[in-house]
This record gives sequence, C-alpha cells and structure tokens, in this order.
Amino acid sequence: MKGDKKYIFLFLFPAAVLMSIFIYYPFLKSIYLSFFRTKGFFEKKFVGFENYKRMFSDDLLGAATLNTLEIMLYVVIFQVGFALVLAVMVDSIKWGKAFYRTVFFFPIVISGAAISLMFVLIYNYQFGLLNSALSNFGMDKVLWLSETSALKAIAVPTVWHYVGFYFILFLTAMSKIPSDFYEAAKIEGISGFKKTVYLTIPLIMSDIKVVIILAITGTLKVFDFIWILARGQNGTEVLGTYMYKKAMIDLNFGYGSTIAVYIVVFGVLLSVLTNRLLKKEEVTY
Amino acid sequence: MQQVNRVTRTKKMARLERRFGASDIFVYICLSLWALTTIYPLFWVVNNSFKVSRDVMNNSFRFASNPVMTNYEKAFDRINMGHSYMNSLIMSISTVLLVLIFGGLAAYVIARFRFRGRNVIYSLLVATLLIPTFATIVPVYELLIKWKLVNTYLGLILPHTSGNLAFAILVIAGFMATIPKDLEEAAFIDGCDRYKMFTKIFLPVSRPVFASASIFVFLWSYNDLFSSLIFVNKENVRPIVALLNEISSQYGTDFGLMASAVSLTVIPVMVVYLFIQRFIEKGLTEGAIKG
Repeated sequence: MKGDKKYIFLFLFPAAVLMSIFIYYPFLKSIYLSFFRTKGFFEKKFVGFENYKRMFSDDLLGAATLNTLEIMLYVVIFQVGFALVLAVMVDSIKWGKAFYRTVFFFPIVISGAAISLMFVLIYNYQFGLLNSALSNFGMDKVLWLSETSALKAIAVPTVWHYVGFYFILFLTAMSKIPSDFYEAAKIEGISGFKKTVYLTIPLIMSDIKVVIILAITGTLKVFDFIWILARGQNGTEVLGTYMYKKAMIDLNFGYGSTIAVYIVVFGVLLSVLTNRLLKKEEVTY
Repeated sequence: MQQVNRVTRTKKMARLERRFGASDIFVYICLSLWALTTIYPLFWVVNNSFKVSRDVMNNSFRFASNPVMTNYEKAFDRINMGHSYMNSLIMSISTVLLVLIFGGLAAYVIARFRFRGRNVIYSLLVATLLIPTFATIVPVYELLIKWKLVNTYLGLILPHTSGNLAFAILVIAGFMATIPKDLEEAAFIDGCDRYKMFTKIFLPVSRPVFASASIFVFLWSYNDLFSSLIFVNKENVRPIVALLNEISSQYGTDFGLMASAVSLTVIPVMVVYLFIQRFIEKGLTEGAIKG
C-alpha cells in the first residue's frame, strides 16, 4: 500500500525505543560489565575474563546451580507430569470440565509472594497447617524448613503454582486433536489408558516439548519463593537469589552481571538440549 | 445410515460407561483432590484472617464463626496496605495500557505489512523471550538512577512495559495474522488509511487477544517481586508484593496480620479472574505462542 513506510516506522517506533533502552542496551551492557571489576557505580576496572575464572571456582555458585537443577527436576517431573495427567483426566470426563479448569488455574492468579507467605503459615513449626494436622493425629512435629528439607519444602509451592498453566496448555492442545483419530481408535477397540499412551500423548508431543522448555527456563527465574521462605539460607540458594545477593546486596555489579550472563547461557543451552533430546517427527493434522 | 451409526454408537457408549464406571469415579476423586489443594489453602488463609493471632496459632482449622476485623484494621492502619494497593494498581494498569497500545501497533505492522527485515524482527522478538530480568537489572538500575526515576511510578512502569512487549507483540500478531484479508481490502476501498484501518478494524476484531494479553501482563506486573524490590521499595511507592516481603520479615510472627495481608492481595485478583476467565483460554487457544 502507498505510504506504508511511514506507518511501519511510526507504529514500530515506540516499542522499538522502549525495548532498546530497557532490554537490548542493558543486556549488552551486562555482558560488557561482566568483564569489569566494580565497586559501586563509579569505580570499574577492566579485568578480562577474571570474573569468569572466579565463577568456575565459586563453590556457592556451584551449589546454587545444583539447587536450581534439583528444583528443575521436580518441576519437569511433577509440574509437567501432574499437568499432563490432570489434562488427560479432565479431557476424558463429561461433566464438571469448566469447574476444574477454573479451579486449577487459581494458583497462577496468586502472586508468588502471597503463596510464599501462605506457605510460611503452612510450614510454621509451632502453629502451621501441617504441624497442626500432624499433632491432631498425635504425631511429632516436623521442622519443614530445616537444612535437609528446606529445598524440597520450597519446591512444593514452586511446583504447585504453575501446574494449572501447563494444564490449560495441554488441554487446549488436546481439544485440537481431530475427533476422527478417536473414532478410529474406538473402532480398533483402543480406549482408556492405552488410548492416552499411544494416541493422545504422541499427538501432543510438540506441545509437551514447548511446555518442558517453558518449565525449564521458568525454573531459572525462580526467586520469590526462595527469597520469602528462606532468603536462600539452609541450602536453598538458587541462581536468581545468588545473583540478587551479589549484584544488589553486595553491590558487585561486575560479578553479578557475570552470573546473569551465566544464567542466560545456561537457559539457552538447556532449551537447545531439550529440543534435541525430544526431537521427534512432528505430527501435523 | 448415519442415523443408525449414531444409535449404535450411543449404545456402545452406554455400555462402555457402565463398564468404566469405576474408573470414572477414580478420575473424579483424583481431580477433586487436586482441586482441594488449590481451594483449601486459600480458604484456610481467608478463614484465619478473621481470627486473632492467638486463635490462628491454637486452632487454625476451626471455622471463624465470630469473625474479628482487627487484622484488617491493622493491615490498613499500621502497615498502610491501602496505599500499596493504589501503588500496585497505578503501576500495573499503566503498564497494561502502554503494552497494549505500543504492542498493538507493533503487532499490527508485523502481522499485516510486508517489508524487508520483518523476519529479522520476528526472530529478535522470539529471542527476547529468553532474556530474563536478571540479565538487564543492573544497567536498568543505573539508568533509572541517572534519570532520577528510582522510587517513582515510572521507575517500574517503563521496565515492566518493555519487559512485556515482546510477549504481547508475538501473541497479538499471531491473532491478527488470522484476520481475513477481505476485511482489509474492503476498508481500503472505503478510503481508510492504515491508521484508520487499525483503529476501525483490527482493534475491535482483536478484542479477545487484547483481553487475554492484558490479563497476563497485569498478573506478571502485579506479581513481580524481583524488580519491585530493586526499583520501587520505598514506602510511598511500594507495590503490594514488596509490602508482602516486608511483612514476612517484620511481622513474621503476627499470623493474623499475615493471613489478612495474603487475603487482601489475592481476593480482588481472584474476583476479577472469575469474571474474565473465559478470555484467558480464548486468547491462549487462538494466539498461542509456539516454540
């Protein structure tokens, strides 16, 4: 159309400016800063790869990475797993679908901070929901946020929070499967569990892959739960909280940026790896 | 023939139903158990928010049959929850509006214009989704300090708007790409220019995707603790999530107050969600982002 150039420019301009200033420039600047030793905002000295060398010998960062990977494992197995099982179940029932869809989405609406506070109340040693229940049954109280169990205890709300989101994505994918497939399966006498394993799951494999990648990259951003429930103590430090401590509490912007770059690279690598591992011929219908 | 087919099919279904009655029950039990985990903790918190802290401690399961409002009074008087509410709403609603306007315009160009560099822009937007806040926070903080925007509303609105644009543009563009071309041609013949076409056709037709995008942008903005802690953590501009963090560290033993704070944060969003939830799925179904 005539005069399109003007509109292309005009319409893209505001978004381009905002994203350049607040995403692309800061991202490049973070990479740049990762080569400097800094003290506050004003002192910085180019040190080449020294921050990266420090990174590889930083035991705390190693621990944070392992903790993040542990949560990631729970997230991929339980969050994606529960979401898939629940979606298969809701897809198979006749009444009450809308109810379960609405209710399962509840946790996503709640902020991580509010859920964390809720779990502060649930895990509290003396009066929390869990320990009250235990003592009602005459059992001993458990220290839920102790050094040995804190990470697992925090993984529970982390997993629970987003099950509903992936559940909806799976359910949407299943609703797009043409009914001929199921008709054919019925004629062949395939139903129930077999139908799910041999028909439904292969047909939504590409969606499962997307969800796993979303779950993995999402885990790298985990911050709220850890911060409010344990401040990264008791062996719960993850990459997000460690970066926050280094950059914003110690005000070590150089090393903090190095960790941020590490998080991005880690995320990209994991996404590519997952993509490779789950590579399969995609079904189109 | 078809009729017969259908009849035999329903008969078969009926038989299947009888046979799988037990497994149906099992499915409903599992689903209801999960539903219990999403409903009960919420009920537990709201219920406890109407008790004095001592009762929360001693008997958290009992129904608050004679509710007390002390926790709520404390939440508004002592920790100024009302003000944080306002801060949250001002910042999150501004973010949503800016994302919809700027994102909508950009999405329109990407979905409906043919020009060089379009694919590059598209790939760039997808790549942007992989950049977490951690990787931009330090330089953004530096910028905000330089521009004296730390602890102002704009100090959160601008980074939040920018951070949500890539997602919004991709989702809205995905929807706009499916709008039939005839509509555009008819408008062109009627003498609409590109701007009028956007406001008169694409904006109204794309309402569902704008609705669902705005829900997600709102939730992400309203619930984002990390940026709020850094950019707007002073009392006069502090949003509700940052206040919750404050409460957990300062009033960690006042269980009644904590319960009322959680209830106050969650309930309004929940009510809004129940009203607009049908858009969420619509937007997800029609403008789904796929990797």
